[in-house]
Amino acid sequence: MPPPDPWERLRAATRARIGLGRVGDALPLKALLEFQLAHARARDAVHAPLDTGAIADAIRPAPSVIVTSAAPDRPSYLRRPDLGRMLDPASRAALAGHETAAGYDLVFVIADGLSPIAVRHHAVKLLRACVTRLAGWSLAPAVIATQARVALGDEIGECLGARMCAVLIGERPGLSVADSLGVYLTHAPCIGRRDSERNCISNIHANGLSYEVAAELLAWLMTEARHRKLTGVGLKDDRGAILSERGHDRLE
Amino acid sequence: MPDYVSAFHGERHRFADLREVLAKASPRRSGDELAGLAAASDAQRVAARSVLADLPLRVFLDEPLVPYETDEVTRLILDTHDAAGFAALAHLTVGGFRDWLLSYEATPERLAELARAITPEMAAAASKLMRNQDLISVASRCRVTTAFRNTQGLAGRLGSRLQPNHPTDDLRGIAAATLDGLLYGTGDAVIGVNPASDNVTNCIALLEMLDGLRQRHDIPTQTCVLTHVTNAIEIMRRGAPVDLVFQSVAGTEAANTGFGVNLGLLREARDAALSLRRGTVGDNVMYFETGQGAALSAGAHHGIDQQTVEARAYAVARAFEPLLVNTVVGFIGPEYLFDGKQIIRAGLEDHFCGKLLGLPMGCDVCYTNHAEADQDDMDTLMTLLTVAGVTFLIAVPGSDDVMLNYQSASFHDMLYLRSQLRVRAAPEFEAWLERMEMTDRAGRIRQLEPRTARLLAGPADAPA
Repeated sequence: MPPPDPWERLRAATRARIGLGRVGDALPLKALLEFQLAHARARDAVHAPLDTGAIADAIRPAPSVIVTSAAPDRPSYLRRPDLGRMLDPASRAALAGHETAAGYDLVFVIADGLSPIAVRHHAVKLLRACVTRLAGWSLAPAVIATQARVALGDEIGECLGARMCAVLIGERPGLSVADSLGVYLTHAPCIGRRDSERNCISNIHANGLSYEVAAELLAWLMTEARHRKLTGVGLKDDRGAILSERGHDRLE
Repeated sequence: MPDYVSAFHGERHRFADLREVLAKASPRRSGDELAGLAAASDAQRVAARSVLADLPLRVFLDEPLVPYETDEVTRLILDTHDAAGFAALAHLTVGGFRDWLLSYEATPERLAELARAITPEMAAAASKLMRNQDLISVASRCRVTTAFRNTQGLAGRLGSRLQPNHPTDDLRGIAAATLDGLLYGTGDAVIGVNPASDNVTNCIALLEMLDGLRQRHDIPTQTCVLTHVTNAIEIMRRGAPVDLVFQSVAGTEAANTGFGVNLGLLREARDAALSLRRGTVGDNVMYFETGQGAALSAGAHHGIDQQTVEARAYAVARAFEPLLVNTVVGFIGPEYLFDGKQIIRAGLEDHFCGKLLGLPMGCDVCYTNHAEADQDDMDTLMTLLTVAGVTFLIAVPGSDDVMLNYQSASFHDMLYLRSQLRVRAAPEFEAWLERMEMTDRAGRIRQLEPRTARLLAGPADAPA
């Protein structure tokens, strides 16, 4: 029997690309192609357009509104994060039609962010898991947003008169995970909110946080936020669950 | 007040102030466009360069880009300026300075003597009048050596930081990646982990594991957990093994405030690290990272273009005699450096400015998945930087950082650079590789079967 390969045990401890071997100084072809495939998938995840109609269909009969940011296309979106934080005028007008006298307790924004693939894979399922935990809350129509950054939710919330905004958004893809979803919760959303005024749950994907765990945490945060009238650094998850403050760096 | 008007080749261009001249003279990049500072046309860019070229070099002493009264980085730059040394350059224009740097008179000895007479703004201004080959040529003549348990920056040497990050700071995972890197002969500059959690107890566990590994194999290198400087102070207070104190720094007081640091805090941390006396061949105890775009993203750039404000961060770094400094050039994303071309240019500029100012300048040759860049661009940049004499590069297993989700250079890349450009690891580290029977007779790293490597004899079982 051949002696066991020590890399086997070491590989079990990390996803890092260790023990790849060498041809001369170079990477063996198999490892090179695997890397290229992972990079290609990550890039495809960034550039694939979000099928907003499919998302709207999937959440029916719940109502939804489709909006876009002021970034006209993907290259502009990547170069100009400021445009991704602003609604285009037509979208602002579309949202104005949904305003009500009483306002809403909460609006969910489903935003493509840097990984539309993450939204396609996880957003609707996470939304369902959240909604079942929010009996008694008045929900605005879900807003499906393209070329969107997190802060677009501030203007959306303001337009709709929502008292809280949860942005479900595709996170910056890595080589190992290209479809990770994040959620950013903002109390009293309005233009100019700072990132320190939001709570973030990141890493929602097949090998990360499950829909149920994420939804449970989000519902807890929402309840606390409504009670304490704030989100952000003043609202820590004292249940001891995962609350990543680093999530924003990864996204923006 | 100089006149900022160009009539270069009959086209008239007017610029409001020194900051605008510098910004509009910069090669095109997305961060300056995002800030609304970039030239409106290529012709305007060249006109700005012609204005910049004719300005007296001392304009940067007379007209601080950020007011002396309100910015401690400006005060640091002006208060520590070597006025006596500057006398040799005082008659020059910015263009004349650029030409002098490229002349045969600018020898390594002369450049080293003048490092403290050159301000970050002077270095940045000269770089804007240089092509990539000019940046390489001058940087390669700047020799900066530093030392802790080995000597970095000697001629013909290329250091490497072994970066064994793990998404949950799993000690076995980090040890596994560290062993992988050591088997490629990387890690002489530092074995440095970015912790996923800044929790002090967690950082101490990482430090103790790395220090144990270093001691077990008697590796002449230094370890570092890249946590905030205030954490490092607390970690040292608790008696944990801190070789190097790390901090990200930027080029304005406001941007440093955004990082939660100031010059006094950095001084306090350095004093604490010096008092531990852990270095064996030197006492450079600081490690800094910087990167174009940091000041703008903190809203603290004061209308200065991103390359010039980046160079100001090097004044902060050099005040603390660091062992290592590196720009994390492609990490921040395409809104600051859009594609491979912009990342490559920025990497060469940062290295040039850092070296000219007397820093042991390294680079994290890297990109994110939403930038228009790939491994081919990184091959180009790491090759050019090594030709330029870069002090060290960052290396991760298979170019894939599984914690920070970006791509950096790999352990394989360090082998390629050594073979191709005939550069070697730090001498003390190289001697250790020989003792460990990891090199062949030609000095190349042997391709060891894992089970035959002396390094793997125990450590796989070490961190429980």
